[in-house]
Amino acid sequence: MEILVILVPLALMLGGAGLVAFLWSLRSGQYDDLDGAAWRAIADEEPPTEAPIKR
Amino acid sequence: MYVTRDFSHYVRTAGDGVQHIDLAVEGVHCAGCMAKIERGLSAIPDVTLARVNLTDRRLALEWKQGTLDPSRFIDRLEELGYKAYPYETESAEATEVAESRFLLRCLGVAAFATMNVMMLSIPVWSGNVSDMLPEQRDFFHWLSALIALPAAAYAGQPFFRSAWRALSAKTTNMDVPISIGVILALGMSVVETFHHAEHAYFDAAIMLLTFLLVGRFLDQNMRRRTRAVAGNLAALKAETAAKFVGADEISQVPVAAIHPGDIVLLRPGERCAVDGTVIEGRSEIDQSLITGETLYVVAEHGTPVYAGSMNISGTLRVRVSAASEATLLAEITRLLDNALQARSRYMRLADRASRLYAPVVHATALLTILGWVIAGASWHDAIVTGVAVLIITCPCALGLAIPTVQTVTSGAMFKSGVLLNSGDAIERLAEADHVIFDKTGTLTLPELEVTNAADIPADLFELAGRLALSSHHPVAAAVAQAAGARSPIVGAIEEAGQGVWATIDGLEIRLGRPSFCGAEALIGADLDPEASIVGFSKGNEKVILSVRQGLRPDAQAVIAALKTRNIGIEILSGDRDPAVRAAAHALGIPEWRAGVTPADKIARIEELKQRGAKVLMVGDGMNDAPSLAAAHVSMSPISAAHLSQATADLVFLGRPLAPVVAAIDSSRQAMRLMRQNLWLAIGYNVLAVPVAISGVVTPLIAAAAMSGSSIMVMLNSLRARSSSRETL
Repeated sequence: MEILVILVPLALMLGGAGLVAFLWSLRSGQYDDLDGAAWRAIADEEPPTEAPIKR
Repeated sequence: MYVTRDFSHYVRTAGDGVQHIDLAVEGVHCAGCMAKIERGLSAIPDVTLARVNLTDRRLALEWKQGTLDPSRFIDRLEELGYKAYPYETESAEATEVAESRFLLRCLGVAAFATMNVMMLSIPVWSGNVSDMLPEQRDFFHWLSALIALPAAAYAGQPFFRSAWRALSAKTTNMDVPISIGVILALGMSVVETFHHAEHAYFDAAIMLLTFLLVGRFLDQNMRRRTRAVAGNLAALKAETAAKFVGADEISQVPVAAIHPGDIVLLRPGERCAVDGTVIEGRSEIDQSLITGETLYVVAEHGTPVYAGSMNISGTLRVRVSAASEATLLAEITRLLDNALQARSRYMRLADRASRLYAPVVHATALLTILGWVIAGASWHDAIVTGVAVLIITCPCALGLAIPTVQTVTSGAMFKSGVLLNSGDAIERLAEADHVIFDKTGTLTLPELEVTNAADIPADLFELAGRLALSSHHPVAAAVAQAAGARSPIVGAIEEAGQGVWATIDGLEIRLGRPSFCGAEALIGADLDPEASIVGFSKGNEKVILSVRQGLRPDAQAVIAALKTRNIGIEILSGDRDPAVRAAAHALGIPEWRAGVTPADKIARIEELKQRGAKVLMVGDGMNDAPSLAAAHVSMSPISAAHLSQATADLVFLGRPLAPVVAAIDSSRQAMRLMRQNLWLAIGYNVLAVPVAISGVVTPLIAAAAMSGSSIMVMLNSLRARSSSRETL
């Protein structure tokens, strides 16, 4: 059971990383236009634009 | 005269010498549009950002300060085939966006915490039946607490705040039992863990928050979406006016930048965006949007004009009135306020459910505790059982039952051309059993059409159409459109208030008033009383064209469909008797009234209400706004005046009237599903509560029951998608 010493912090870290990634994606406006994002993924060529605006 | 367009009102500085403008764009609906617009605008030098938001149908643009004029973007979009208007974020919408993001953040936190706590709970559940050491179980419980407590403190905020607000106002709402349940569950779990007990409910508490936040977020998101659509509509109404900035120089400015005392120019074919008085010029104006009356009114020096009037024949100079609030609009607004107040008493299904819910659940929990104590259990065990009852009855499925159906239904309605302005409109629309239609612009199309086109020789009609292209008169525009004219006749001359004439192949052609073309003799007595009569002459060949608002193409089918659904139908119109009679007769509606004022309309609605009817009002004019608000539920076509659009619960797009029936059908189905969902949720409680009262609930049972009922409710809601595609 000593393995818990490694596994538990590891699990918590992975969970925390997922949460941080989610919060980052939320803050960078990736949920502002869900319909558009669905299409952008399959667009042939992304028009030259910069990162989405931050509000 | 030199015309400029001034959009500086909408431009804001986005830091570092970059300027920003938001445009609402009409007609963007696919990836192709998105790419075309973004490429087309990014190609303009000095544009640093062009990004389309397909959900909100808006375009964000940024460029280097001082290098470009925003009107250039609008022109470029026009070339690409899109109409765009500057858009200003209302503060209400900004709040909704912020709220929506906060809920999503809470949901994210709660969902991640649930996943991690579950990961710790499953070993405990399986360990309890196998070989887990008590120390290990305690360790896992403490870890769960470490994750669940901060997460619940953060993600529970929307519920805690709302519950606190309700309690401070000495009322209760659904969030009170939720907050009590979550806090008690967490508190009890901490105490139990402290005493090395076998069961802790961290997983149930945080999972409950997650499910409830899903419901909250869906609800909020739907409101945000309709708010965005409503905001776009306001922008697309293009409320700009041509303001005189010099003696002979006019600038096209947004209405927000116009002040009382300014002088604006009103050209033929333009809709007036302000209230004011005519100071120069002579014309006819169409006030049908304000009064419902389709007969034109003569406007000359001193005539008051109201926002929403259409200028027909001549150019007018209008002085914006000092107190635009003190006129007709004020009267309408006053009626509107009263009507809105009356409607806010409507109680939503969810509220009714929650009003019953809280006392029942809390009483059950209390009785459980007392019952166990009387039966001889220790206070500790009795309280643990009581809290388990609270946890298992927490309204997970109840919180999802209504928002999920609303979200799916609003999506389905959106596909059939109906936009929801308010979330509870679905419930009210489902109850409607009597429809009142306004005539002008609702049963009829807002645009004019030529009714006797078939009687006119094709070559003459085509020529008339081409000549009509040279006129600004809305009737001429209708003729041009009906004839499908593309190329205007070179050298055509417009005589204000009379018509247009030109010479072609040595023959003089004229289009305009019958007298202007020498065609008075052709006007028979049998002509439509509503129609505008236009004469056309080519040499000695003379014809008359009858132009009027036609009925919507499917109006008859819609009325028939409503009748088969046992819905009462009547027309209340501000228009003249013969015009309304003709429409009612054509559609087979026996009940109709003409020349009705806004106050009369409200009186009629109240009368119907007294009789217990639930009235759906469908109207578009400014005069309809108060009755739209007074009715149980209301709909407006998208062409409606700003005020009535803002008041209507639902807005429909396009030429057909079919969305009215589609919306009624969708909402009835949605209501059925909502009821089913509520029964599912109640059924779950009926099954689970006795188990909880008997004291054999383990956290595993609580978790399974909670997620099982929530998933069942969500799946049931998805059924709103399928059958809503049926048409008439």
